[in-house]
Amino acid sequence: MTDEPIIHCRDVHKWFDDFHALRGIDMDVYLGEVIVIFGPSGSGKSTFIRTLNRLEEHQQGQIVVDGIELSHDVRNIERIRMETGMVFQQFNLFPHLTVMQNVTLAPIWVRKWPKEKADKVALELLELVGIPEQAHKFPGNLSGGQQQRVAIARALAMQPKIMLFDEPTSALDPEMIKEVLDTMIDLAKSGMTMIVVTHEMGFARGVADRMYFFDEGKIVESGTPEDIYNNPQQERTKLFLSQILQH
Amino acid sequence: MVNMTIEQDMIRPPQPPGPIKWIKENLFSSILNTVLTILLIPVISYLLYGVFRWMFFAADWTAVTQFPLLYAVGQYPRDQLWRVGIILSGLFLFLGMSWGRWRGLLKTISITAGLIQLIIALLPVQHPALDMSMRLFLGSGLLVILLGYLIGSRTPIKNTYIIIGWFIVPIFGIVLLAGFEVSKYIPIWISDLIPSVSTTLWGGLLITFLLAAGGILLSFPLGIALAFGRRSSLPFVSAFSTVFIETIRGVPLVTILFMFSFVMALFLPVESRIDRLVRALMAVTVFSAAYSAENVRGGLQSVPLGQIEAAEALGMGNLKTTIFIVLPQALRAVLPAIVGQFISLFKDTTLVVIIGINDFLGIGRSIINSDPEFVQMRTEVYIFMAIVYWIFSYLMSLASRRIEETLGVSSNL
Repeated sequence: MTDEPIIHCRDVHKWFDDFHALRGIDMDVYLGEVIVIFGPSGSGKSTFIRTLNRLEEHQQGQIVVDGIELSHDVRNIERIRMETGMVFQQFNLFPHLTVMQNVTLAPIWVRKWPKEKADKVALELLELVGIPEQAHKFPGNLSGGQQQRVAIARALAMQPKIMLFDEPTSALDPEMIKEVLDTMIDLAKSGMTMIVVTHEMGFARGVADRMYFFDEGKIVESGTPEDIYNNPQQERTKLFLSQILQH
Repeated sequence: MVNMTIEQDMIRPPQPPGPIKWIKENLFSSILNTVLTILLIPVISYLLYGVFRWMFFAADWTAVTQFPLLYAVGQYPRDQLWRVGIILSGLFLFLGMSWGRWRGLLKTISITAGLIQLIIALLPVQHPALDMSMRLFLGSGLLVILLGYLIGSRTPIKNTYIIIGWFIVPIFGIVLLAGFEVSKYIPIWISDLIPSVSTTLWGGLLITFLLAAGGILLSFPLGIALAFGRRSSLPFVSAFSTVFIETIRGVPLVTILFMFSFVMALFLPVESRIDRLVRALMAVTVFSAAYSAENVRGGLQSVPLGQIEAAEALGMGNLKTTIFIVLPQALRAVLPAIVGQFISLFKDTTLVVIIGINDFLGIGRSIINSDPEFVQMRTEVYIFMAIVYWIFSYLMSLASRRIEETLGVSSNL
């Protein structure tokens, strides 16, 4: 692990019109770390992860990703997006392209790889996420769990340094959550830097290095999974944990 | 055990009814239906009998059969018809190649087109238009299509080349049809080989197809550009596009045709006058583009934001996101509307008659008016023309349905 954080956020603020969605977020993430962000809905956790590749624009504060500061400079934004893969709650696979084309599109047109290389890498990745036999199907013919694993492969195909997961299992049927989590656990164990917005506490306990509890646009509490689960300091954290762990 | 048998019986899918059962269930299901059916049988038979008797005995089709070339190409010089022949052969070649590559509906169209030509070539009648060279040309149509089929199915020629060919042939064709005037810029042998043919001589189906195909090919990209223009964040671009679209949509095509054919001529100096056929094409294009733009805009709005975010998150810029993600999905969503609009454009080209261009309908009308005897046959002429328009419109909607099906199989949007 290097001393320089790969993601560096200081006092990040974000407004949606008059609504103050992020109220001064500070966070440093180092290479190889797995960060889990959790919190009630509307707490700003998704908004925050989306500011990291500028799907949302922050209006105040500083975000530096892989040594590049996020600003209005479009070139900077595209460079950062090449280094950060993102997996969405709703998968967002391209329905008009085959699985293979979904995975190879960006490497061919953004990384400018020759098609043969992109195809080879894509097949390896589909193997990695466990669905090489679906390569020539269209996303609409896959189950939700398979679609989300394709989405992970698609993001990985750009060979990003950081992977962002925005509630990757929330839209899945219960029996498909495990296959996606297993893929993510493999990825975490391979040393990928990951920031995951999720309520899957088993996943957090298993692979997270640090956890952040968000509420009302602020970080209420952070620490290792042991700290958070066994010894939460804030009343708000205790209450929320008791609510989601009851079931 | 008893339960098992019942379940197995229920597993079997319900059988579709046979014809007799269908008649029983639909035509004789109640007393009222039975009475209606019995009453309607003689009425329908009488109508059908009337139609057939008129078509084959009462009707006089001379005004249709006497002038096949006039309907096809208007006054285009008969000694220059080989140019039309070359273009048709080019189109048939690419039709055959597309059949060899994509099968489906193209097969039906190819074989039908080839067989119809062959049948006409072998018709045992004397007709001035059907001389030996015409018969040979028509007979070669099927061969050219089959040659294209072999190229398309047996050689590794790229799909892209076949599609580009479909665009090249008409462009090359227009140049070939127009020919070159004698001038110092053009080698003399070229203007000798294909001398200039004034567009005032062009006519018939040739004009109809030219205006429709040209209008479709030109208005489609223009419409896409206008649709993006209207959504643009640049105030000038979006204002211009909106005003353009709303102005054109607020005015009948006839007005636009008049605008381009007469008003424009008033403002431009005589020597820079644009050919009247080109002006008509511009009018049709502009008109169709405004409607295409609104259709495409509807499609653009139907693409979920998540698609754009996913593309952007992969590092794809605006242009790449638009080309690879937004446009394909948007166009797929509005394909039926766009084809519907092309069909109406095809029929709208008939309006060019009022600015003095003899398209298919115009030729029919001038044939009727050329001889008092033909005035008596106007019903036959109009029915013939209606059938021709119907065939091509129906082919377009058939093609659109096939494309939709192919796209539908490949994605469950």
